[in-house]
Amino acid sequence: MEPQLGLIEKSFDLRYSDLVREALDELPDCFTITDPCICGHPIVFASKGFLKMVGYSKDEVIGRNGRIFQGPETDRRSVMEIREAIREERAMEISLLNYRKDGTPFWMLFQMCPVFSKEDGRVINFVGVQVPILRKLRLSGNGIVRSEMSLRDAGNGARETVFRCCRREVCSDSILELGRVSCLESVSSNDDREVDNNEPCEASELEKTKAGTAISNILSVLTHYSELTGRLVCRKRYCLSGNGQLGASLNICLGRIKQSFVLTDALSPDMPIVYASEGFLKLTGYARHEVLGRNCRFLSGTDTDPTTQFQIKECIRSQQACTVRILNYRKDRTSFWNFLHISPVRNASGKVAFFVGIQIDDRCKNQETNGLSPEMRQLSVVGAVKVAVRSLSMGASTS
Amino acid sequence: MILSIKRVPTVVSNYQKEEAEEGARHAIGCGRNCLRSCCLPGAKLPLYAFNKVGNVVGEKGSFDTENKKPPVNFLDSLLLGEWEDRMQRGLFRYDVTACETKVIPGEYGFIAQLNEGRHLKKRPTEFRVDKVLQPFDENKFNFTKVGQEEVLFQFDASEDNEVQFFPNEPIDTDKSPSVVAINVSPIEYGHVLLIPRILECLPQMIDRESFLLALYMAVEAGNPYFRLGYNSLGAFATINHLHFQAYYLATPFPIEKAPSKKITTTTGGVKISDILNYPVRGLVFEGGNTLEDLSNVVSDSCICLQENNIPYNVLIADCGKRIFLFPQCYAEKQALGEVSSELLDTQVNPAVWEISGHMVLKRKEDYEEASEENAWRLLAEVSLSKERLQEVKELIFEAICCNIEDEIVTPIMEDDSDVTPQSHEDMDALKGSQPAMVPA
Repeated sequence: MEPQLGLIEKSFDLRYSDLVREALDELPDCFTITDPCICGHPIVFASKGFLKMVGYSKDEVIGRNGRIFQGPETDRRSVMEIREAIREERAMEISLLNYRKDGTPFWMLFQMCPVFSKEDGRVINFVGVQVPILRKLRLSGNGIVRSEMSLRDAGNGARETVFRCCRREVCSDSILELGRVSCLESVSSNDDREVDNNEPCEASELEKTKAGTAISNILSVLTHYSELTGRLVCRKRYCLSGNGQLGASLNICLGRIKQSFVLTDALSPDMPIVYASEGFLKLTGYARHEVLGRNCRFLSGTDTDPTTQFQIKECIRSQQACTVRILNYRKDRTSFWNFLHISPVRNASGKVAFFVGIQIDDRCKNQETNGLSPEMRQLSVVGAVKVAVRSLSMGASTS
Repeated sequence: MILSIKRVPTVVSNYQKEEAEEGARHAIGCGRNCLRSCCLPGAKLPLYAFNKVGNVVGEKGSFDTENKKPPVNFLDSLLLGEWEDRMQRGLFRYDVTACETKVIPGEYGFIAQLNEGRHLKKRPTEFRVDKVLQPFDENKFNFTKVGQEEVLFQFDASEDNEVQFFPNEPIDTDKSPSVVAINVSPIEYGHVLLIPRILECLPQMIDRESFLLALYMAVEAGNPYFRLGYNSLGAFATINHLHFQAYYLATPFPIEKAPSKKITTTTGGVKISDILNYPVRGLVFEGGNTLEDLSNVVSDSCICLQENNIPYNVLIADCGKRIFLFPQCYAEKQALGEVSSELLDTQVNPAVWEISGHMVLKRKEDYEEASEENAWRLLAEVSLSKERLQEVKELIFEAICCNIEDEIVTPIMEDDSDVTPQSHEDMDALKGSQPAMVPA
């Protein structure tokens, strides 16, 4: 089930204004921009260069996760490194084998960089730049075979693409800058599409610089356009996430859970909400910034049974799990019966750090959803949250 | 001389009894709601039926729309939900999330946990460690003796070409069900046991069908932090009834970070590599034109080790895309008195999780002082020497009739359909080499 493209693009436009796409489209580089706050960590923008490189249309890419470009020969350890860098909210660079729509693989230098909100230090986006790279050269018995470079005009006017006979693409502002470059052809094949996947491809300094420049350009655009909406972004995190704030890694993990739930901070006075799922916002009609930092009691109203509220309070006090049926109110003040399950969640220290509350609208309770009972669905959220909180608070980040 | 060591076993079921006492009491009427003929008729469990067809090499939720996969990771939700349910019902001996845990600073990030309650404090039992293949013993504890409440669901292949879930399915004894049960002394959240064809009472040894089932579980769960592990007898398996273990830990295992160097690619497209720069030497298997190709190469390698009486551990990681195989010799060293007392005092038995980098420590001082150097030193004792591993590798490659392929680049297939193996003769040779099963 694909996330609605319209909503995805809308959130991007809200942050950067709808003028940003035009500006980004003017950049010649291959790059994608993802949003870790949306379930599935999807691509929210793909450059024209990128789409051309992979052979997909925009609609086939927006809303999907970057793993769709991986394939059987993609090094799994490298994929893991990218995953961990995302979790740790840091920039990284790696050579990776990706696949085009037609199934052909190609090596590329992948450089990734987080984009932080200036206001609260959260990661808003990840920018990923892809620079296709030359296959690793192989030595034959006679030494390296050389062949002359061939030029192909990509038709971009001032920005011409140099297409070498070994399929290395280089974008440059002027062909003259590069001068004459000799090209090294791999001995083992003449087939234009064949790639030696067995040995990792090292990117050259030129390619690394190109990637770095592209990242800078993209970030300049994003920073500039974020000023138009007032929701500023920046390349470095300027303020530390407070105790009540969850890191990107936990956000991404929790973002995969589709049900309505909140996480409250057990260690802060009055137990404020520190995470609210999309499902919760949809159920209650609130926006995220309207609920973060508040205690859940705002969901109760005039006809809410105080005994039930007391029951909840008691369970929390004794750090027990409980299930109740409580009358709650949406933002528009319509009420609904909330089949609510609450459970304490411990972090790696072994102590209770959060409470998770999972809501099911009683009306929807018995709807067919893959055969899992509503109780089981709630418990699975508890489990997923427990795993995420425990694992992601284990500490020391490694090199 | 039979080599044996004294061990305090870990209790995996609430119904696990002293092995010495068990023989006498077995025949007496049950009342435990177990899985044997006394209680099983009429029993019902949820059944998750996975789709065998169309499981192409590729991650769940990826681009191939012809596969009818449920939008949410269903098995993941089922596992977590059922496990949490048992937690809330008090079926575990302790709350594992209340056990302090940390990543040890260092290059690899070994994971240490302080768990004082895991190992039952009782009189140790003798355990024979010099034979990888031992016949099933009905008198000892086995998984048909667990209470049904410890079993979470049945896990088998679907009869139709799609994933199916039946919340309340009678257990069909004629169809030899495989089940997933809780481990009441969990190492981590979600610690379960996958027991293939539980009623057949297979001894702890790998066969092609069972390994494939385990691999399907990893694929179906679709979560890179849900890993499966296997310990052979002699490599710290505690119960001689065929089972795999699995649990969730949302951080990379040290072994997953270790670099590897390709040795060869089989005709079925399975890449076999040496593990580099890691205290325990071993092999890693990746790729494969189909899941079965990958599964069979690994299980044939395990079968080869079993037949040569070499204890080993297996880790299935990365949603079934990477499989690590570690032949080991620690138990033998221990029985021969060749392990330093300092290491023995930690009472860490290096089974698959420890080898992968997840250490459960019983003593506070070991936990406080846990370091990458200590972990490395312990695990280095487990590893085969370079020379011995080379011998073992030769045995394995001979057994799997490997075609050395690293000079030739595998050409990219033009069409999108499943890639067929290049050489049918090799495939037949591989099938023909399936060894006869050791009688239970």
